[in-house]
Amino acid sequence: MKFLISRLQLTVFFGLLFSTPMVLAVIETYEFDNDVQRQRYNVFIDELRCPKCQNQNLSGSNSPIAEDLRRELHRMVLEGQQDRQIIDFMVSRYGDFVLYRPPVDKNTILLWGAPVILLLVGLITLVLYVRRQRAGQQVIALDPLRLTADEQARLDQLLARFPVESFSGKNQVNE
Amino acid sequence: MERFKLFIPLAIFFAMAALFFVMLQREGYNPQELPSALIDRPVPTFKLPALKDAGRQLTPNDLKGDVALLNVWATWCVSCRAEHPFLMHLANVEKMTIYGLDYKDETREAIRWLASLGDPYKFTINDEEGRLGLDLGVYGAPETYLLDRKGVIRYKHVGVLDEKVWREKIKPLVDHLHKEP
Repeated sequence: MKFLISRLQLTVFFGLLFSTPMVLAVIETYEFDNDVQRQRYNVFIDELRCPKCQNQNLSGSNSPIAEDLRRELHRMVLEGQQDRQIIDFMVSRYGDFVLYRPPVDKNTILLWGAPVILLLVGLITLVLYVRRQRAGQQVIALDPLRLTADEQARLDQLLARFPVESFSGKNQVNE
Repeated sequence: MERFKLFIPLAIFFAMAALFFVMLQREGYNPQELPSALIDRPVPTFKLPALKDAGRQLTPNDLKGDVALLNVWATWCVSCRAEHPFLMHLANVEKMTIYGLDYKDETREAIRWLASLGDPYKFTINDEEGRLGLDLGVYGAPETYLLDRKGVIRYKHVGVLDEKVWREKIKPLVDHLHKEP
């Protein structure tokens, strides 16, 4: 049945697949004096989050609030405001929430620190694991027949139950 | 014992799943809610006309003097209509001072709304452009700010203010603020 997917269906599928982002992107025309301004504006609308439609950035949202904020950003960029000023403008109104990259403080330290901590835990585990393996191999290399106390005790026990005389040779144990 | 170690990741998974589930089920949990960046800060400066009297210019000074609510509303806001009767109740029965902020709205429509549904507001700030709304960090009407006597924002509620929110969240704070000098 799989083979019955027509070329038309495939076309529609891929058409929809690739057209979606275009449909979602908001079409607005803002004029800029130069490319630097345009780039700054584009970075800001990508990096800032829409307060209403959470998980969308300002560029992707067509909610009225996002529209207003894009207008404000455009104004601030044209006025030549510094990045710091623009970020402060947003944060003073909507909190750190609007930043996709929140600053490091006591609320976000776990968020920022977790990857480092996890990496360290992973590295330590790895080192310990490798060391233990190596140590084990060394013991075997030094003395392939060395038994632990438990193993020795069990061996003694078995030997006591089956006196050595009953075996004529090592290989016959398995028979 | 070694074998049980294999189940540790699974156990962690279940523990986290349980934790998230409980958090989601918590009453009154709203993932849309943002902590206001303006708590304990004065209302941003503005100079805007009153809705019913365009000649009267309002400033943050007009919001001082009383423990009060500042309610952000608009005629295009459906939830605001649902909220309105309770605001009437607060104004008339609980004798709460409420200021309105008409956010990005048609002035004539808004005046008609207050005429037909009743006016719980001491006065309403007409923010046609939405500048004050933007400075307040309004992201969805209705929103209600609790102001102390000095006009400092002490609490923000996003969404419909109803009996339950009033009783559980706002009333206790209002009582507390009344005791403040």
